[in-house]
Amino acid sequence: MDLKTFKIGGVHPPENKLSAGAPIEAAALPKRAFIHLGQHLGAPAKPIVQKGDKVRVGTLIGAGEGFISAAVHSSVSGTVFAIDAVVDASGYKRPAVIIDVEGDEWEPTIDRSPELKKDISLDKKAIVDRLKEAGIVGLGGATFPAHVKYMVPEGKKVDTLIINAVECEPYLTSDHRVMLERADEVLVGTRILMTALGVERAVIGIEANKPDAIEILSRKAKDHPGITVQALKVQYPQGAEKQLIKAILNREVPSGKLPLDVGCVVNNVGTTVAVYEAVQKNKPLFERIVTLTGKKLPRKANFLVRVGTPITQLIDACGGAPEGTAKFINGGPMMGKAMVNTDIPVTKGTSGVILVDEADARRNAPGACIRCAKCVAACPMGLEPYLIEKQAEYALWEDAEKEDAADCMECGCCQFTCPAARPLLDNIRLAKTTVMRIRRERSKK
Amino acid sequence: MILYPVIMLGAVAGIAAILLFLTAKKFHVEEDPRIDKVAELLPGANCGGCGYPGCRGLAEAIVKAADKGDIGGLSCPPGGSTAMKAIGEVLGMAVAESEPMVAVLRCGGTHEKAPRTLKYDGAPKCVIAHTVFAGEKGCPNGCLGLGDCVTVCAFGAMYMDEKTGLPVIDPAKCVACGACVKACPRKIIEMRPKGRKERRVWVNCVNTEKGAAAMKYCKAACIGCGKCVKECPEKVQAITLQNNLAYIDPKKCIACGKCVLVCPTKAILATFEPPKPKPVEAKPAEAAPATPA
Repeated sequence: MDLKTFKIGGVHPPENKLSAGAPIEAAALPKRAFIHLGQHLGAPAKPIVQKGDKVRVGTLIGAGEGFISAAVHSSVSGTVFAIDAVVDASGYKRPAVIIDVEGDEWEPTIDRSPELKKDISLDKKAIVDRLKEAGIVGLGGATFPAHVKYMVPEGKKVDTLIINAVECEPYLTSDHRVMLERADEVLVGTRILMTALGVERAVIGIEANKPDAIEILSRKAKDHPGITVQALKVQYPQGAEKQLIKAILNREVPSGKLPLDVGCVVNNVGTTVAVYEAVQKNKPLFERIVTLTGKKLPRKANFLVRVGTPITQLIDACGGAPEGTAKFINGGPMMGKAMVNTDIPVTKGTSGVILVDEADARRNAPGACIRCAKCVAACPMGLEPYLIEKQAEYALWEDAEKEDAADCMECGCCQFTCPAARPLLDNIRLAKTTVMRIRRERSKK
Repeated sequence: MILYPVIMLGAVAGIAAILLFLTAKKFHVEEDPRIDKVAELLPGANCGGCGYPGCRGLAEAIVKAADKGDIGGLSCPPGGSTAMKAIGEVLGMAVAESEPMVAVLRCGGTHEKAPRTLKYDGAPKCVIAHTVFAGEKGCPNGCLGLGDCVTVCAFGAMYMDEKTGLPVIDPAKCVACGACVKACPRKIIEMRPKGRKERRVWVNCVNTEKGAAAMKYCKAACIGCGKCVKECPEKVQAITLQNNLAYIDPKKCIACGKCVLVCPTKAILATFEPPKPKPVEAKPAEAAPATPA
């Protein structure tokens, strides 16, 4: 097998895909759902329901505000209890719709039949509109509103659609299970996106640690002209957009540019299923696959969860948090963030919940930089993390801008590889946000 | 034999002196002598509190402004009105009396009142912790306790109290340069007038959540009950309530200290001992006003 990968940097953390064998199972409905209105990148949705309103599964409860925003739909049926601020994973409160669950009544417009609908009847524009109405966002973790990606501006030429099935984060297995259990939907969803872009070629990139998924998709892709499967060498962060484009097409996205500028669009594999359901079955995005894992968690699982379900409920379904759990991580262990508590609800971006014990969770005490340059070798963006860290420490923002701190994608390779356990990413993130703020202020002038 | 070296070196020195003299003449920079005079009157701490790069930067700006006829908008926070008055005399300009200010911390979330429920092990900087999560105490508005303000204080007026986990400001050393106000990502530190006889009253909280929610993580939070607003003398009306948070306007406050006593969470602090309320007396005289016959 010819394995491709990106050329600069990268690390290979222990994979720990403990839940890979657990089939997707539907999680129980919550008693009360907390549905955040800002589950996507961009402006939060505006609530369009009021306290006491009856809603069904799939009812629109939040309308997208502005260009980069996404609609939010109810994931349960019942009565709106309140529209209030609810704590999210960071501990800050964000606006949310709280719904008391009564039964499980779906909107009649949603096609709940199990058979596969292969024929695509909609045209380009209708597909993009449908994605917008259904509130589809990238399910890989960045939650970028999907419809924005498919509105290709005049003059830009796209020739390839890349489906990101890399799942390079350790522990997470939700995309893996989707490929095994919903391969047909993945392929039809890919074809829908190809239609939306008007391209003839789509490549599904899968890392070599998922041979079963590569096998099943390669076999089934033969019925879908234009779609090929590309096996990739296991390397973190291959699931990052720019790294994946480099690995598959050997094209480099220049600093500050988008994949569109090199003629491609990248889409997560889990999102293709959501796209399939939105376009063919008229089902908005209100549920997703969430991996529940942890070395000491009694049962590992991949749940199909309604958005708004408290995470505690999922942990309880896996036998409860084992003693000595020090951190609950929302997302993968490399880029995910520790949650302040487990009562927070699942959002469209929750790809997994990892329970980490004390030994794995704590950072070592930072030492002095020994100038070993391991971080420089590991940075997939070709930056110099040790230097940007120092610039952030001494508030040298102009220098940090020259070192392209804004290009950092926060993959965490530098911090992972640092033998002195320096908080590199923490400081680089500060440099990145500050540089971006300075640039915004400058462009306003 | 010593003569040759003396003559040689003397000649070299002479030529160099002539060259230096000519260069100094040619590249002479005309500088306003007043800048030096003004700079001498400034404290020389180069704290940047005025917004200019160092004391000389401010001195240049003051002289420039003096040429335009008004130095009203410029001031040196640490030097205060004394320094500005002296500068005004040198430049022959009138300087308005400015009120001396002091930095005030507005968070009462000590270890005792707001126990830490989480552990943060990232880079020990408030600006970073602020973007990551709500804080170890869970309060989204309160002090993160990592001491960005202490780090930037150039006058040694702040230190971190290990017992409370909060920074402490020494009003005697604070020169009101405002560096800590800028450094705090949560805008907890406020610059307030020093007040007459150092009497100051302020709400020791910046939390904007509803009372019940705030009390869950901090027993010293302002719960927005409004008792202080009612207690404030009618003619003063210095306290306003907005977003579940009381704010005392230092310009209106007369520092009577009445609000300090009524606050149920002791979230209002004062620099002085507020007077104890008089014991409630029965008021026989006012019972049943006489109806006019």
